[in-house]
Amino acid sequence: MSPVMAAPEGLLLVLAIFGPVLGIPLLLVLGGRQAERIGLVLLALGLGVAIAIATTVIRRGDALEYVLGGWAPPLGVLLRADGLSIVMLATTAVVIGAAGLYARSDFGVPRGMPETRAPLVFWTLLLTVWAGLNAVFLASDLFTLFVALELLTLGAVPLVSLSGRAEALTAALRYLLFSLLGSALFLLGVALLYGSYGTLDIALLAERVRVEPATQLAAALMTVGLLTKTALFPLHIWLPAAHAGAPAAASALISGLVVKGSFVLIIRVWVDALPGVATPMAAQLLAALGAAAILVGSALALRQARLKMLIAYSTVAQVGYLFLAFPLASATQLGTAAWTGGILQAVSHALAKASMCLAAGLITKAIGHDRILDMGSIGRVMPTTVFAFGLAGFTLMGLPPSGGFVAKWLLLRAAIEGAQWWWVLVIVSGGLLTGGYLFRVLSRALAQSDEPPGLRSPLDRRGERLVLGLALLSIGVGLVPLASLSIVHIGRGL
Amino acid sequence: MTLTITSLYGLLGAALVGLGLYGLLVQPHPLRKILAFNVMGGGLFLVFDVVARRGAAAWFPADPVPQAFVITAIMMALAGTALAVAIMLRLFAETGRVTLRPEPPASSDGQGGDS
Repeated sequence: MSPVMAAPEGLLLVLAIFGPVLGIPLLLVLGGRQAERIGLVLLALGLGVAIAIATTVIRRGDALEYVLGGWAPPLGVLLRADGLSIVMLATTAVVIGAAGLYARSDFGVPRGMPETRAPLVFWTLLLTVWAGLNAVFLASDLFTLFVALELLTLGAVPLVSLSGRAEALTAALRYLLFSLLGSALFLLGVALLYGSYGTLDIALLAERVRVEPATQLAAALMTVGLLTKTALFPLHIWLPAAHAGAPAAASALISGLVVKGSFVLIIRVWVDALPGVATPMAAQLLAALGAAAILVGSALALRQARLKMLIAYSTVAQVGYLFLAFPLASATQLGTAAWTGGILQAVSHALAKASMCLAAGLITKAIGHDRILDMGSIGRVMPTTVFAFGLAGFTLMGLPPSGGFVAKWLLLRAAIEGAQWWWVLVIVSGGLLTGGYLFRVLSRALAQSDEPPGLRSPLDRRGERLVLGLALLSIGVGLVPLASLSIVHIGRGL
Repeated sequence: MTLTITSLYGLLGAALVGLGLYGLLVQPHPLRKILAFNVMGGGLFLVFDVVARRGAAAWFPADPVPQAFVITAIMMALAGTALAVAIMLRLFAETGRVTLRPEPPASSDGQGGDS
């Protein structure tokens, strides 16, 4: 790596991480009444910072770097925004912004009412998760990445238990234990790598790495640790329960973003830090787990009685698609296309799934439950929400024109060109199964004969617009010209 | 090759990690799982220290960088443990028992996942 120029724009990277971090003490000092205002201001600023970083990186055509405190790596901490970072930063800013706006109705402090603890805690955790995610996307050495991942976990777990009900607490505890196991395995891999190469800086590691048992063991440990946090089958069992008890905004964050944080880290480890260490067999195994996730997750989603659980199992399935990129990327001429597909799947799934989680939250709030069978003709009373749910479903199924379609099409093309036809079967049947479970919901929601369910509370119009906006964005990603999708490869030597 | 004290510590660290991993996977009670995680953590920190000793340059007793890692990692383990214990205590206050099993009449149709 060349000595780093201190580009003034580099300060933006610092801002992306420390903006939310600085917000937290501000919340604690000013209290829950101001929490929402501070949070929303920070969300707006954060979106601006993410856009500024993205435009700077695209304009330069190269990664943006910033050395904290002027201490160069390997001793210092280098923040680095490449194509993958900017795409994920922008997605995060959008989804977190939507979750924050949605949460105004759930976690606001009404004027004249005594202040409760929930708003303060919710906004603190939201900012923690956000800071953790931004740090995961910007850090460039494995130890900082470990710390960022922990920050993310420590923010996400309490979000699950926010309601304080026994089932939510159990789910949070299980999620935390899984996560701690994942962190420990990851850290063990980090120790082995440091022992072998004397550095944890990703760029330096990539230069020094040799294929030897210690490195392979470290890579395996780190991968398994990260898979636990990404909830890839069969390590997904914490995820559905965590969703069942979590507030809608927290579900959107966990399904949409938190599991993607560790996915990005797997890419960093496999592609950036340890190129060539993973054997083709290992990549096939990873994708086989992904395929199992798609089939098992979709099949279980078909059998769920509650909308929230259906969405959770759908996340298990959609996470599987992310891992199909690994064998396809190494085996074909279209390797970069496979990565574009994988990353695009992460982005469009984040947007679509956030939309669905929030839609499920709106439905639960409106009719008091989320049992799919008793949802008859809810489309008549909440047309916008059901329409948005259907649009987001387009992306999950991979129907054109949507982000999910382009992602799955890129993966399909890479599978065909790389003569790995078995993944084609998985992608196609996964799409069919997805269609199946979404049809179960939509056919009930749009049923004509039933008496429409009575509304418990007035419709949350702002929430409906948010859900629709996210769903439209997930479609809109598919309309971006294919050539400009190559921005995800800026500064990544692919 | 004789067994140096460094390798002995390395083996000890590996054994602790294995022991902790076993406990984390096998023990059903959350408190035992949390303790097992800490045993595993102890082993991990020992491995880091061994790495520090082995990687030491001449006239240095140990490489300081892994030691800095260990301090941060201990902090992380502490935070994770504190959060786990807090959730566990709250669960006990809420239900009078501490278990990871889902409630028998779960509101889902039994697909809630079972650890």
